[in-house]
Amino acid sequence: MSRWLLSVALWAFVWPMMPADAHKPSDSYLTLRVDGERIEGQWDIALRDLDFALGLDANGDGDITWGEVKAKHTEIAAYALARLRLGPSNAPCPTQVSEHLIDDHSDGAYAVMRFVATCAAAPKALSVDYRLLFDLDPQHRGLLRLEYEGKTRAGIFSVDLPEQKFTLSELPKWQQFLDYGNEGVWHIWTGFDHILFLLSLLLPAVLVRSHTSGRRWAAAASFRVTFWDVVKVVTAFTLAHSITLSLAALGVVTLPSRLVESAIALSVVLAALNNLWPVVYEKRWVIAFCFGLIHGFGFASVLADLGLPQESLLIALVAFNLGVELGQLVIVSVFLPIAFALRASAFYWRVPFTGGSGAIALVAMLWLVQRAFNL
Amino acid sequence: MIGAVLCCASAIASLFIAVGASAAPYLPTDDAQVLEHLPGRNTTQYRELKALQSAAARQPEDLSRAAPLAAAYIRASRTEGDPRFLGYAQAALGLWWKDPNAPTQALVLRATILQSSHQFDAAVADLDRVSQREPRNAQAALTRATVLTVQGKYAQARKDCDHLFAMAPQIYATICVAAIDSVTGKSAAAYESLQQALTSLPRTDGTALAWGETLLGEIAHRRNDPAAERHFRAAMNAAGRDIYLLGAYADWLLDQRRPADVVALLQNETRVDALLLRLALAQKMLNRPEAAASIETLRARFDASHARGDTVHQRENARFEFALGNDPRSALPYALANWQVQREPADIRILAEAAVATNDVAGFAQVKRWLAETRLEYGALTVLVGSGEVPAK
Repeated sequence: MSRWLLSVALWAFVWPMMPADAHKPSDSYLTLRVDGERIEGQWDIALRDLDFALGLDANGDGDITWGEVKAKHTEIAAYALARLRLGPSNAPCPTQVSEHLIDDHSDGAYAVMRFVATCAAAPKALSVDYRLLFDLDPQHRGLLRLEYEGKTRAGIFSVDLPEQKFTLSELPKWQQFLDYGNEGVWHIWTGFDHILFLLSLLLPAVLVRSHTSGRRWAAAASFRVTFWDVVKVVTAFTLAHSITLSLAALGVVTLPSRLVESAIALSVVLAALNNLWPVVYEKRWVIAFCFGLIHGFGFASVLADLGLPQESLLIALVAFNLGVELGQLVIVSVFLPIAFALRASAFYWRVPFTGGSGAIALVAMLWLVQRAFNL
Repeated sequence: MIGAVLCCASAIASLFIAVGASAAPYLPTDDAQVLEHLPGRNTTQYRELKALQSAAARQPEDLSRAAPLAAAYIRASRTEGDPRFLGYAQAALGLWWKDPNAPTQALVLRATILQSSHQFDAAVADLDRVSQREPRNAQAALTRATVLTVQGKYAQARKDCDHLFAMAPQIYATICVAAIDSVTGKSAAAYESLQQALTSLPRTDGTALAWGETLLGEIAHRRNDPAAERHFRAAMNAAGRDIYLLGAYADWLLDQRRPADVVALLQNETRVDALLLRLALAQKMLNRPEAAASIETLRARFDASHARGDTVHQRENARFEFALGNDPRSALPYALANWQVQREPADIRILAEAAVATNDVAGFAQVKRWLAETRLEYGALTVLVGSGEVPAK
């Protein structure tokens, strides 16, 4: 019965819907002029919106007068500025209101608030975090006009995209290239999962499968054979992760990061176990290629976190990738001579090879559990 | 696709215009100066809304408080013509907004909000979920029929209407069926049965009467039947202020070349874009000097809506470019993009007008195909399209 009553109450609005374009939805207009560490701002917010949030119409007569707005200026400034952050989250630029005015837009009167924000240093890239009204009206949009060095850019803030970063001072191309290259090197060196995966595949490169003796492995006879084995593995890994890194960075393919990170951990487990219980030997480059595809998605998420500049996407992509390769080559060039020198010793077989592979498999299993179950 | 490209290109361009378009900010000198009028205050509806707000604010996680508030906001968006209320309704449903397993009541409300911002497929998906759970949910069936009718999916919509006879007051099922039959080659029968039902059926409340009479007015309009006026008047008596009805009535008056009556009807409705559009058309027909200001305001509002990346305005945007901007070449892409989303008689009409005026063979072929498929009876459209190919200029 109660459901029926509710239905009857709801009939009232099912009748042919007026399209939502009956009236302009809620927007605010934010202009930021960046000059060194100083940012001059102007923020136009509809009086209707402020009334809904703060109640401007003090006497409740349906008319908002200048006197009523004036009485609420402090409250308006506090409300709005608490929902706008300029600069990084750990060091936002403090903001001070300089002037309250009124302006008429095509859909009614707006409160105009002028302010000055002073950052600790001139920002190279300005983060803007905008959250005005999203809690009250998720269809609200913040329309930004950003001016710096005579250039103007636009941005739209929405409930799904409240935080955006704008690159201000364009670094010279070579500098950008070096920066992203550096990030690539750094990422492979600090990304233990990638290193361990690669090492797991490289550890057997100085050995050969032995079918005669009781031991399953024997030392590789020539450096040439070992060297080509390493080249095949590294090239396959590089090729594969370059492909998926590019596809992901260009937005052609996207995978959920939990899936990617778990699969990376799994790849390390399998590569390490393959040394203890060999399944694949000569075709390890195939493992490198297949799992390399997954590792590429991992690299891409790092690149995305760095904030990809749309205008120099290609530079960033190529430089980051080359950085990863360079970092990888350094690891290989340190590993290979040492491993080759030690290959015939029982120590190599026992400690780095068997013990190392076992430890890698254990660590990676822990990662797998953590990542897959979001612990 | 066209819509996305159009939208992206114009969004960037118009953001600059929109943000910079306002006049210079000023400092008012008189405290008593009225800056903004808030419509709908001091009404029972507003007081009810306030009561629902404070009830829901105390326990926002309680759907039995949030749902009536969301419903009241949706109703307010209809009477005020202000889409802000749809945003408020969405916020009231905040906890359930993204939950695919939300309670039925929340899903129906969410679908209603989604379809109001032209997210028809998402709305239908929610309603499908409801009817899987509750096959006899009349509200969901009627809402889905309405959305599918707007999308031109008449066969599916008709099924929902047929089911309604078993679970809703008969008048609503009759209206549902008439809305579809009247655009699929059975307009005379639809008109007769609806007229009959409105006078004879019990439980014909004010809403049903207003809805039914509006539909009769629209059918009569398409059939060039002067009875349209009588129906629109009856609907106005039953509905009070309703934005959709005002728009439909104004369109009929414009086709009757009675612009003075449109001005009288709409001169205080300039806040609502869709109605300002009709007012501007009437002012232009009358060569009134106010037309220029109305056109300028509309242009600024369309720019502002492009700036925020909206695509819900395309029908009005096409009509604006065609009839007020005298620019059918600009109107055609909007009309085509709109046609991908909505397929009501008004949508096919503006597409036909733009296609004929620009000699667009592909657009014209789409119109003819639709008319042949649906057997839509629409006098003004028949005259426009004729029986031949794209008329040479």
